[in-house]
Amino acid sequence: MIGVVDYGAGNMQSLANALDHLGVAWRLAESDADFTECDRVILPGVGHFQSAMQTLVETGQNRRLAAFADSGKPLFGICLGAQLLLESSEESPGVDGLGLIPGAVVRLKTETVPHMGWNRVRPTGESPIFGVGERDAHYYFAHSYVCNPVSADHRLAVTQFGTSEFCVAVGRENVRGVQFHPEKSGPVGLQLLERFARC
Amino acid sequence: MLARRIIPCLDIREGRVVKGVAFKNLRDAGDPVERAQAYMAGGADELCFLDVTASIEDRPLLIDLIRKLSKVLFIPFTVGGGVRSVDDAKALLRAGADKVGVNTAAVTRPALIAELARQFGNQCVVLSIDALGPGDDAKVTTHGGREVTDRKVCDWAREAVELGAGEILLNSVDADGARSGFATALVECVIDAVSVPVIASGGAGSAADFVELFTKTRSHAGLAASIFHDGSTTPNDVKKVLQNKGVEVRL
Repeated sequence: MIGVVDYGAGNMQSLANALDHLGVAWRLAESDADFTECDRVILPGVGHFQSAMQTLVETGQNRRLAAFADSGKPLFGICLGAQLLLESSEESPGVDGLGLIPGAVVRLKTETVPHMGWNRVRPTGESPIFGVGERDAHYYFAHSYVCNPVSADHRLAVTQFGTSEFCVAVGRENVRGVQFHPEKSGPVGLQLLERFARC
Repeated sequence: MLARRIIPCLDIREGRVVKGVAFKNLRDAGDPVERAQAYMAGGADELCFLDVTASIEDRPLLIDLIRKLSKVLFIPFTVGGGVRSVDDAKALLRAGADKVGVNTAAVTRPALIAELARQFGNQCVVLSIDALGPGDDAKVTTHGGREVTDRKVCDWAREAVELGAGEILLNSVDADGARSGFATALVECVIDAVSVPVIASGGAGSAADFVELFTKTRSHAGLAASIFHDGSTTPNDVKKVLQNKGVEVRL
């Protein structure tokens, strides 16, 4: 059973629709019991770093997410949900992230911002969320900030945009996240969600 | 490298797809959900739905349609038409739209753009501009091209991005439905004015028109309706031609 954390994020319904389409069993992860009963959890996200963290703290979800990460079970962040896994963000100076992966979220310095549309994603190594041998598949992006993990080991994939190259998938053991939207990336994105559901 | 996007557009009235020329003579062109699924299967990178009547009475019909669309579309889609407030936009986004398009209401009250960006993030806010005239001299029109304002298109685009628009959907009223090519000079003019992605709309009649758009301008995306409507040309057909010309696309 996959638990989905709902904190009013914009892509909650899209993610639910994608999981339903895949026939993957899921429920909302709200209480301590929900988190205990789920064998993996997704943290979706579209919106603002500060308001998202504020909601997670007020509802105690930050504590539950940290405990879930400690349990060793797979945790997966999408877009803002991936950014929240890090320690801080230039979008909201002074606001603590979940801190599950060392590093900060930084503003894109590309010619056009937001980075909007389909771009090629290159995994840096093997990871259960990307397909075996997968290289340069197109995923859909819509963001102005990116994850910048301290350790190169925590960068699972990169993307090129203009003259910039940046990290678009982060991972530290069982905690992973992607900057793009698998629920909006056609068949390739649905396959990624399916792999997470079975990893 | 970021792929250039092909975006089929569907004009919606009373829950059905309609199409006219230069916003006039609307005729029925099918069921939106069926059309949308066919476009997704045919390689559309994104879809755009424009409620062309956008009357209060049609609202529940539109919301219901977005719910149905979001259950079957695993690519992003924008919904526009009649968005006048944060609450209007919230209803569309909650129903499953990824972005909202604003046009006339933003010209009348530019603060709407800032309110939407603050509430939902810049990436959710698409400013749609109906432009009349060529390049530097193009003027902003409202009410679906029926009323011409004094405002210059490039000035308005710049102002809207400062307020928080995350993307500009630039429609040439002169070129719309004529199928004689995109208004490339106008597109470049707006791209020079702003730092956000620009979607060119109006005038696509063949794959060659997209080749011209993407080789002559830095447009992020091309939007078209009539070329895809009869089903004889799919977005993938266009993208194959583009790929042969060295344009980065998602195939």
